[in-house]
Amino acid sequence: MFKKDLQGAPKSKLKSSVQRSLRQSLLTTYPLLAPYIDEILPKKGSLEAMKLPDRATLYVLDGEPLFFQVDTNTLLPHLKLVHRFPAGFPSIRIDRGAIRFVLSGATLMAPGLTSPGGRLPSGKGGEPEGLDEDDRWTRELEKGEPVVVRAEGKTEACAVGFLVEGTKLVKEKGKGPVIEDAHYLGDGLWRLGTE
Amino acid sequence: MADTETAEAPGEPQSRHVVYCGVCTLPPEYCEYGGTVKKCQEWLQRAQPALYQVIWSAEALEAATASLSVEAQKRAAKDAQKKAAQAEKAEQKQADRMANSVVTIKRVERNKRKFVTAVSGLEAFGLDLKKVAKEFGKKFATGSSVTKVPSGGEEIVVQGDVSDEIEEFLLEKYKDIPEDNIELVDDKKLKKAAAAAAA
Ligand SMILES: [Zn+2]
Repeated sequence: MFKKDLQGAPKSKLKSSVQRSLRQSLLTTYPLLAPYIDEILPKKGSLEAMKLPDRATLYVLDGEPLFFQVDTNTLLPHLKLVHRFPAGFPSIRIDRGAIRFVLSGATLMAPGLTSPGGRLPSGKGGEPEGLDEDDRWTRELEKGEPVVVRAEGKTEACAVGFLVEGTKLVKEKGKGPVIEDAHYLGDGLWRLGTE
Repeated sequence: MADTETAEAPGEPQSRHVVYCGVCTLPPEYCEYGGTVKKCQEWLQRAQPALYQVIWSAEALEAATASLSVEAQKRAAKDAQKKAAQAEKAEQKQADRMANSVVTIKRVERNKRKFVTAVSGLEAFGLDLKKVAKEFGKKFATGSSVTKVPSGGEEIVVQGDVSDEIEEFLLEKYKDIPEDNIELVDDKKLKKAAAAAAA
């Protein structure tokens, strides 16, 4: 999505009605963020929007990037927000060998997830959903869902994007693309100045 | 990495605070992919010695490579080498560029006894003009903004005659700019000289 360097643009303050509706869609997409939402978007905070190329918008609070979206598609968290609240987002894990590909903007392929170092959801359910003792998400994730990508041996997430294949099918087929055009560590969005 | 779990009490901030690399900006555990590993390591050892131990100790490195096949290890090593070479080349290029670039601080007479100071060439030293303009404004308590110049680039225009102060400030704050690469120009004298030459 942001393989190239981005030029910072002026930020514009959002009306409180827009802020409220963004807060609502954030909660709808990421119900696990509910315990943290007041910390992410304080009621009195002033959320700003920065227009990016290719019809993308980045939302910033006090100079901190929070989330972004293309057109009016589903909101995706900026990786810095994922690092602050990792429990708020469903995730999968790639093996160590796949890291350098993901960090160069390549499409994430199934073998990086089905190998011994990878972790796809266990699908065993349970409330609330989360990571089980084997580091697997407890709910199978659907095609089109936003997902955070963690990495074998690392604490922090390295990418975030939309699944182009449901995790159940990824396990069954064991090949093919899983996430295309992710936002990843070191990409243009990561390096963009938001102060 | 540091244990950042906090008790679940309402009102308690739950946000984790993650340290990012002062060189490549990634979480330090990902520095190996950034192409500036050496510099990253030096920074981390200085800034976060404990974290440095966790990430770069012999045991940690062994655990990191153990799960890769020999083939994959070879490829990763080659890749890292290539990236480091690229980073070195880019650095050299930037160093050359900086050595050959000049920052011009020009005193311009607006009208009688009113001056502005125009600063150009800072972008060659990797500086964000908007940021620097803001700093000038704060430091000298005066108007300061980025404006386009007819030749296509941009310069910072500061209200008042603060040429010497700006030079001093730049030398102190941005050590990448060598003193010899800063040029002070007086527009009025230039005009006079031009007029004299034309006469
Ligand atoms: Zn680094």
